[in-house]
Amino acid sequence: MTTDTARDERLDGSTAIVGLVMLTVLILGFAGAANAADGQFAAQAWTFVVAAAVGLGGLLFWHEGKTTERRFDPKFYEEGVVKAGVIATMFWGVAGFLVGLIIALQLTWPSLFYFPELGWTNFGRMRPLHTSAVIFAFGGNALIATSFYVVQRTCRTRLAGGMWPWFVFWGYQLFIAVAGTGYLMGITQSKEYAEPEWYADLWLTIVWVAYLGVFMATILRRKEPHIYVANWFYLAFIVTIALLHIVNNLSLPATLTGSKSFAVFSGVQSALIQWWYGHNAVGFFLTAGFLAIVYYFIPKRVERPVWSYRLSIVHFWSLIFIYIWAGPHHLHYTALPQWAQTLGMTFSIMLWMPSWGGMINGMMTLSGAWDKLRTDPVLRMLIVSVAFYGMATFEGPVMSVREVNALSHYTDWGIGHVHSGALGWVGFVTFGAMYCLTQWLWKRPKLYSNALVEWHFWIATLGIVLYICAMWVSGIMEGLMWRAYNEYGFLEYSFIETVSAKHIEYIIRSAGGGLYLLGAVIMVYNLVRTARGDVPVEDRNRITATPDLQPAE
Amino acid sequence: MANRPSWLMRNHKLFEKNSYILLIGILIVVAIGGIIEIVPLFYLKNTIEKVEGMRPYTPLELAGQNIYVREGCHVCHSQMIRPLRDEVERYGHYSLAAESMYDHPFLWGSKRTGPDLARVGGKYSDDWQKQHLIDPRSLVPESIMPPYAFLDGRSLDLSVIPGQMRTLKVEGVPYTDEMIARAVDDAHAQAGEDYDVEALRRDYNKAAGREGTVNVREFDAVRGEPSEMDALISYLQVLGTMVDFSTYEAEDLSNQR
Repeated sequence: MTTDTARDERLDGSTAIVGLVMLTVLILGFAGAANAADGQFAAQAWTFVVAAAVGLGGLLFWHEGKTTERRFDPKFYEEGVVKAGVIATMFWGVAGFLVGLIIALQLTWPSLFYFPELGWTNFGRMRPLHTSAVIFAFGGNALIATSFYVVQRTCRTRLAGGMWPWFVFWGYQLFIAVAGTGYLMGITQSKEYAEPEWYADLWLTIVWVAYLGVFMATILRRKEPHIYVANWFYLAFIVTIALLHIVNNLSLPATLTGSKSFAVFSGVQSALIQWWYGHNAVGFFLTAGFLAIVYYFIPKRVERPVWSYRLSIVHFWSLIFIYIWAGPHHLHYTALPQWAQTLGMTFSIMLWMPSWGGMINGMMTLSGAWDKLRTDPVLRMLIVSVAFYGMATFEGPVMSVREVNALSHYTDWGIGHVHSGALGWVGFVTFGAMYCLTQWLWKRPKLYSNALVEWHFWIATLGIVLYICAMWVSGIMEGLMWRAYNEYGFLEYSFIETVSAKHIEYIIRSAGGGLYLLGAVIMVYNLVRTARGDVPVEDRNRITATPDLQPAE
Repeated sequence: MANRPSWLMRNHKLFEKNSYILLIGILIVVAIGGIIEIVPLFYLKNTIEKVEGMRPYTPLELAGQNIYVREGCHVCHSQMIRPLRDEVERYGHYSLAAESMYDHPFLWGSKRTGPDLARVGGKYSDDWQKQHLIDPRSLVPESIMPPYAFLDGRSLDLSVIPGQMRTLKVEGVPYTDEMIARAVDDAHAQAGEDYDVEALRRDYNKAAGREGTVNVREFDAVRGEPSEMDALISYLQVLGTMVDFSTYEAEDLSNQR
């Protein structure tokens, strides 16, 4: 065959369809911008136009480019899109942590960090920017990148779909850009973790269906008889998020050329649907997806098989079955009928077991290799993430008990709980995977500096401890102060007294968040030096008889 | 026994070797819980209590709610008073499901960085609300709320309101065609301008089933076109004031949920 050496002249089918999709976006974007009912919608439409134009241009440039390689060569893994995912993950991670630090400082020193002339920097608009940046931009890119890597390796086949994986990657970045700039302009549906408006939701639906298509098609092409356990978790994450996203975002736009829409459901029904979505964004985005990372990267890093295959099966099915029921624990003592609250609480407590099944399976995979915890800081990060997962999934069922929730709900305890999950579990498992991927994808024998990984690990761990301890103290304190009575039977504290009481804890929380951000910056430096192929610090002073050898290919 | 795979391992092959069966299996397993919890809320009659007084928001209040959402007030303020002794004493009667039946979507919130606002209507004067929004720390020195001075005097875009009311009507909010047709005039009237106030009062009191449910005045104490400050304060001042609790029987069996 000559196709391996001659330039591929045929028009690639997937590229053509992706190009058509972008052309459609371009035309719709122009139409929207020209007829916009409000200025914000016009800005969002122009964002789509510019992105589609740049995308189309890039596509044409790439297609006409001279190359001797066969395009989408099935003999090779698709690693470019995974590399792009690693870069995007770290970029959005640092950005999201930074916004988190800023809003923590706003609550600590409001006179310094609020600007009356700059309304778009107020907490109410920046908070969804922070949550979306860390969950969907940082976490989402990590999930897409690792899933694209893992599904190829465990199926021993190239990623299916030709240009489609790149469409998923860039389409997802466009969603993030539209959502993030929208929040700052005041565009929001008000639903937590589902703030983007209807057109952004539609765009994400298209991207997500493409993602599911790429993932399923790759599994269908696998050269292994069995589908590896990590892929069950990725598949459950992708398909369930699609279901949750579509149902929770059902809404009618007031006009097709405006940014405002109204949710189809109202009041109590919309509340339950929102928290069915909200809790399973935790369950399937932040848990099932990241458990898939555990099931590939930990065994790979320690070179040991998963501890118990049977436990994988039992905990996978029980986890996805039980998680979906747990949403109503966000609505204890509200106007939601009590039968629904009780069901949610019951299943939340049951959820403790499958959650710990995953923790045990991840940790016990180290059996016979515990010494590596001392020598490999990347592995330690992965294992500590599983420990935080175990802690957060114990705390969660406790907080879902009605009587505990009466105290913890509406307080900083909830903020502390999600951050022990987010910083400790999701953050650390992602950092571990990104250290691995950078080394593996850029084909380096080791990271630039293990010492810097140690620094990152300890600085970030200290940051987490400061953060969650401060929030436990402030949350339980304000919960107790709200319900405190004096000797005459009157409420002891006015609301503002419970706010000012938290000032010290807020300072500590900001310090913790700052340390976590510092750790991530150190990590970025380390990854950049690793990718560039700089001589590892540990090898710099080594005396060698011969000149440095090239890394093995 | 030791070498023979268990029943589970043998039979789980079905999922591990067929990607479509795995996909469908996942979908069925995750659908069950959601269906059982969510669907009954739409047909069980006692999900929403029968109360008197609930009416749709007036155009000015709706515009105010849009600003409330735009600025993310719900991020720090809940609108859901729980039936706990301290909350009822601090904020008033616990919230009913009926009170958010016209909110698309609900604005119950999940965090109280600031106090609950479900019954803030009528609790403070318009002047207090305006000054507090412009500079919270001028009234409450320890407050950590952001300043909203930019709302003051910023003219309100009323052109989008009729379309929004039509959309809400499709979704079940009982706006009449007259209410929608007169939406812009009604907003001007409620903000204290020289428009037909009686038509506004008549329509919305009728929807509420009682008198005196519409606040009409210059909420921002400035004559002329309604501002965003007018709209937001009109929304805050109506929160929690609609239901006629003199007719609500909490102990009635139909309200036991």
